[in-house]
Amino acid sequence: MTLLQTHISADPAAPLARRNPVAKIGAALLPLLALLVSVDPVTSTLLLAAALASVPAWGLRWRGLVRRLWPLGLAVAMVALGNAVFTDRKGGETLLDLGPLLVTTESLAAGAVAGLRVAAIALPGVLAVLTIDPVDLADALVQQLRVPPRFAYGSLAAFRLAPLTAAEWEVLGRSRRARGLGGDRNPFAAASVLAGRLFALLVGAVRRGTQLAAAMDARGFDSTAQRTSARRQAFARADAALVAGSVALTAAAVTLAVVTGAWNPVLG
Amino acid sequence: MPAAAISLRGWGWRYAGRKAWACRGVDLEIAAGERVLLVGPSGAGKSTVLRAVAGLLDPQTAAEQEGKVLVDGRPAATTRDRVGVLFQDPEASLVMSRSGDDVAFGLENAGVPADQIWPRVDAALREVGFGYGRDRPTTALSGGEQQRLALAGALARRPSMLVLDEPTANLDPPGAAAVLGAVTATVAPTTGGARTDTTLLIVEHRVDDVVGLVDRVVVLEPGGGVVDDGTPAEVFGRRGAALAAAGVWVPAPWGPPPPPYVPGPGGEPLLAARDLALTYPRTDRPALDGVHLTVRRGEATAVTGPNGSGKSTLAMLLAGLLPPDAGTVELNDSPGRPLHRWRSRALCRRVGTVFQDPEHQFVARTVRDELLVGPRRVGLDAVVARERCDELLARLRLDRLAGANPFALSGGEKRRLSVAAVLATSPDLLVMDEPTFGQDAQTWAELLDLCVQLRTDGTAIVAVTHDQAFATALADHRVQVAAGRLTTEVAA
Repeated sequence: MTLLQTHISADPAAPLARRNPVAKIGAALLPLLALLVSVDPVTSTLLLAAALASVPAWGLRWRGLVRRLWPLGLAVAMVALGNAVFTDRKGGETLLDLGPLLVTTESLAAGAVAGLRVAAIALPGVLAVLTIDPVDLADALVQQLRVPPRFAYGSLAAFRLAPLTAAEWEVLGRSRRARGLGGDRNPFAAASVLAGRLFALLVGAVRRGTQLAAAMDARGFDSTAQRTSARRQAFARADAALVAGSVALTAAAVTLAVVTGAWNPVLG
Repeated sequence: MPAAAISLRGWGWRYAGRKAWACRGVDLEIAAGERVLLVGPSGAGKSTVLRAVAGLLDPQTAAEQEGKVLVDGRPAATTRDRVGVLFQDPEASLVMSRSGDDVAFGLENAGVPADQIWPRVDAALREVGFGYGRDRPTTALSGGEQQRLALAGALARRPSMLVLDEPTANLDPPGAAAVLGAVTATVAPTTGGARTDTTLLIVEHRVDDVVGLVDRVVVLEPGGGVVDDGTPAEVFGRRGAALAAAGVWVPAPWGPPPPPYVPGPGGEPLLAARDLALTYPRTDRPALDGVHLTVRRGEATAVTGPNGSGKSTLAMLLAGLLPPDAGTVELNDSPGRPLHRWRSRALCRRVGTVFQDPEHQFVARTVRDELLVGPRRVGLDAVVARERCDELLARLRLDRLAGANPFALSGGEKRRLSVAAVLATSPDLLVMDEPTFGQDAQTWAELLDLCVQLRTDGTAIVAVTHDQAFATALADHRVQVAAGRLTTEVAA
């Protein structure tokens, strides 16, 4: 959610940033299919390398991306480390032996593959999400995928209330402190204060949502007239090319993995 | 499209789950092009009437309804496309993240062809004096600018009728003036407005500024329908005193004169804020910077300033509810112990905080329990706590509501309860954030009296407020915040 709220650092004129949101999401999801099916170094490395190579074309700067994505990097490292330690493939040379903690060359390789795979799954999606404007997404969902406007723009409007709800959460915390509540060592007392705060947040969110719905209906959102679109989200040749490129890349990665014998389906 | 005529005939509405009718027996004819202000005590059903006229009342939320609401002879629910509505809270009425898109939203819904949308958006933005381009993010707008944007969103649809539900209640005085200026410029022909084809219906709390905008005032009474009707001078002239007694804000020259300032006794310095600074995460500008302030016993300080100037932040820092980035807030008798580090139960014994929205403060199931929360937390003897609770209930006229749920109270009752609950621990300092916000004249006067009494007893009061009349009547000491800094410190 925070990813979507701060899609600022991207240059909107970059060749991939300009693409239709539906094309972006499609292109980001295709490699996912191959990566979910197989755990192998070839597919993962190729698709990750392609995603990394495409970063400048999304209009993203490396420095900003790294600053935003360090939690993802950390997660990848944890996955790699965890797999290296807990895999049952413990062949090869022993690198570290601390009783139950055994790391060998083979287990290290298994960990690296797991880490690569997670990175290759996550990165394309992150690139797409970082460069998608929520309004453009709603427009594209309605215009290209024929999603009902009531759903697309309703979600968009609700999404806009998220920061208000976050601010209200802070106010509710302060108001409880002002009443002498909170800061308890007793977990039951703390849980009861938290529950009250959550309930108050919910009441506020429902109320604000109701107001917003009334305001939207007052401007004809529930009208039965055929809705028009002020902003056209075109699905151009370049958008088709992006999706086609993603298909070609994924196919090439899978073919190469099968040819080199690295292809390793999860099931089977 | 020509202006719309409105007709309510024997109209009544009772919400599901309520015993009392929100309004009943309302008979009202408004001719096309009239400009009407709806007034009445809280609970008279003014907002319900507005919603009915705008066609926004969902029949499923009614337990019972009777009579008719017609716009040009047709049921209001079917004429919604001809009505533009402005609500109290612009934050909860904007849909899109970019200003131009938000104005376009209503045109898209109406099925306006795409090539006509942007010229109409630009024209509406010009009409309300919106000073930015279409791409301006709606979150970067002040409350007054957001409300003008919402007005543009309504006007772009070329409504036959404009319905305004307390459009300036959430705004600071400059923002309110700008919004009313935009309404005047667009729909009031008496003052040279361009649109002569729009009927106007307004509910507004503080009516001083809107009286010049209307040519007719209609008085609603709880359960009694329309009890008076005429020009502002006629209605306020013959009914001013009765309306004021019922808590309605009656504009000058018909209303009672504003209460005079009575100085507080003053006393020892109680709290000192030194060199406070705070920058919220993910913002580039400090919310508050280099702020010094001394608060004395028996003295009231009013903190004023535009929306977003940092005055609420100052209140939270003074109350020990927010840690500053730099500087300290300390009670003079507890040096070296900054308030934000105090445990909550110690803090609530010394500093009481009244929040802008009373509901944010409520934590108990009944009014009585709400008053006992603080005393229990500070370990007050149960008998003493009950005595104090009864005394506060009586003093704030809540005794008959002791068993009621705080969320079910009226706006004025909620405000009184939120203050009473804070006073239950007898704090030395009372910090109030917009205490008079949205209150009727009666609750307003009671709040002022209460503050004066507390101050006489030696309590220090800090009130963050847009309400000039309240500040004038109470403040011994006035502080202005602008762009995160204290700009003036005027001795009253």
